[in-house]
Amino acid sequence: MRGANLAALVIFVLLAATPWLAEFWGGSYLTSLVMKAMILGIAALSLDLLIGHAGMVSFGHAAFVGIGAYTTGIMITEGAPNLAHILPMTIAIAAAFALITGAISLRTSGVYFIMITLAFGQMVFFTMSSLSDYGGDDGLTLWERADAFGTGLFDSDTGLFYTILATLITVTLLLRRLIGSRFGRVLRAAKQNPTRVESMGYSVFAYRLTAYVIAGIIAALAGVLFANQAEFVSPATAAWQRSGDLIIMVVLGGMGLRHGALFGALAIVLLEEGLSTLTHDWRLIFGPMLVLMVLYTKGGIAGLLEKRGET
Amino acid sequence: MLSLVNLDKHFGALHVTDNVSLDLHPGECHALIGPNGAGKTTLIQQISGTLQPDSGQILFNGTDITALPPHRRAQAGLGRTFQITSILPEFTVLENVALAVQATQGSSFRFLRSVTGEWRINKRAYDCLALFNLADRANRPASALSHGEKRLLELAIAIAGEPKALLLDEPMAGMGKEESATLTDTLLTLKRDYPILLVEHDMDAVFALADRVSVLVYGQIVASGTPDEVRANPQARAAYLGEEAC
Ligand SMILES: Nc1ncnc2c1ncn2[C@@H]1O[C@H](COP(=O)(O)OP(=O)(O)O)[C@@H](O)[C@H]1O
Ligand SMILES: [Mg+2]
Repeated sequence: MRGANLAALVIFVLLAATPWLAEFWGGSYLTSLVMKAMILGIAALSLDLLIGHAGMVSFGHAAFVGIGAYTTGIMITEGAPNLAHILPMTIAIAAAFALITGAISLRTSGVYFIMITLAFGQMVFFTMSSLSDYGGDDGLTLWERADAFGTGLFDSDTGLFYTILATLITVTLLLRRLIGSRFGRVLRAAKQNPTRVESMGYSVFAYRLTAYVIAGIIAALAGVLFANQAEFVSPATAAWQRSGDLIIMVVLGGMGLRHGALFGALAIVLLEEGLSTLTHDWRLIFGPMLVLMVLYTKGGIAGLLEKRGET
Repeated sequence: MLSLVNLDKHFGALHVTDNVSLDLHPGECHALIGPNGAGKTTLIQQISGTLQPDSGQILFNGTDITALPPHRRAQAGLGRTFQITSILPEFTVLENVALAVQATQGSSFRFLRSVTGEWRINKRAYDCLALFNLADRANRPASALSHGEKRLLELAIAIAGEPKALLLDEPMAGMGKEESATLTDTLLTLKRDYPILLVEHDMDAVFALADRVSVLVYGQIVASGTPDEVRANPQARAAYLGEEAC
């Protein structure tokens, strides 16, 4: 088995065992930390579809997480807490936002694409800050979690935990199939040489826009999970710093490499946690460490694991 | 089947396409020759849609395609190769061609089924590679091919799209004498199935392949006719063929 696959299997087993492990060590602190990491993993995986496979460096991906979180928060506050309503609404809003902003952003490329997606992301951030009925800058505390189709699944941390894990696994499998499909092949080709792909008869724009919508929807679903896990939503969820974090996870994990984004998300969350218990100025260590890892591990964590797996 | 009508294009002060009208008939190979910088590549780009003319029309099978984006022109049946090799370096040789085949096999907005398992696509891709003796390279990364092989891969990609006409921009560029001769033979067989607009500097190839030759100088067509007529035309000799002689 290839190194990355083996590592991912170990990780999924460890993740599945976390609620049980937490009874001996870490308690609910550990489970909520791991839930956060898995949610970020889902968002990072969706961003890697854009960065790693389509060559679209979006700097506004956290906006979609924010859209999912706020849709959930507002609907719960307004007395429509059933996922049967929240999910379609989230998907519809995220898809519409991705279609419109994607269609505009994709008129540009390179640095301009980065800048314009950043601008759209900030637009979401400021919109959320101005929702004074829903907490404005301070954010919105949720007094209950969403109703998981009447099952009560989200009433317990364990239920929520395994829902998040199941979503993570589903998204991993789904994206892997997508990459290997006809659609994925066109996307990967257009990253290498868009002019050539156009001249074969493909509208590169249409494929990229579709990918942008798919990635946006997945990130928004991560946002739904996030709102339920944190029981709190705030504009900070959609801030550009969060978009930057997601890019770092993708790059550190290994762009376009199997499970890379998941490795990146787990590594960042755990490093951040570990270092911040060691010292107050953990960012001073964290920053250089990141730079070194990106410089010296071509292909990120997944790249390292693949090499090991081959020898 | 392909007609350029009074095409005109400027790059700033440079009149790169000067009132060019030109036809490509079914079953023929029409060679476009001319010195470097004459505007041949620019003309190919206007036909394939990567550049837009300032004025004039491009008709393909009776429909006006002047306003269509490149991918729509490709769908309409215009296949092309590039003067500067343009392939997908990270894909295997087979996958380069398979992607072109895929465009002819229904929608590519299919998201879940594995494309490497689509035998129909793979089989046709292998057949295209075999035409150019590249079948044994199928599973190599395209970036690992030699220059000559990459030029052939370009052609295989173009053929795989089942074009109705081919635009070839210096297919022999950078090839040795022997490779050029082999490719000329291959193009002679392709000519039976595809009308070809051929831009080429290799005069042996041009005179072996072309049914008609047009000479482009400073954006203008200065001579057009059968190879023998063009060879005899003093303007064409002065503009282009003279270079070869000395
Ligand atoms: N995008 C461009 N912008 C400005 N000038 C260009 C551009 N592309 C080509 N040219 C100029 O147009 C002229 C014709 O170029 P080209 O069509 O490549 O010639 P050919 O293929 O006949 O050698 C050259 O002088 C070239 O420098
Ligand atoms: Mg040229």
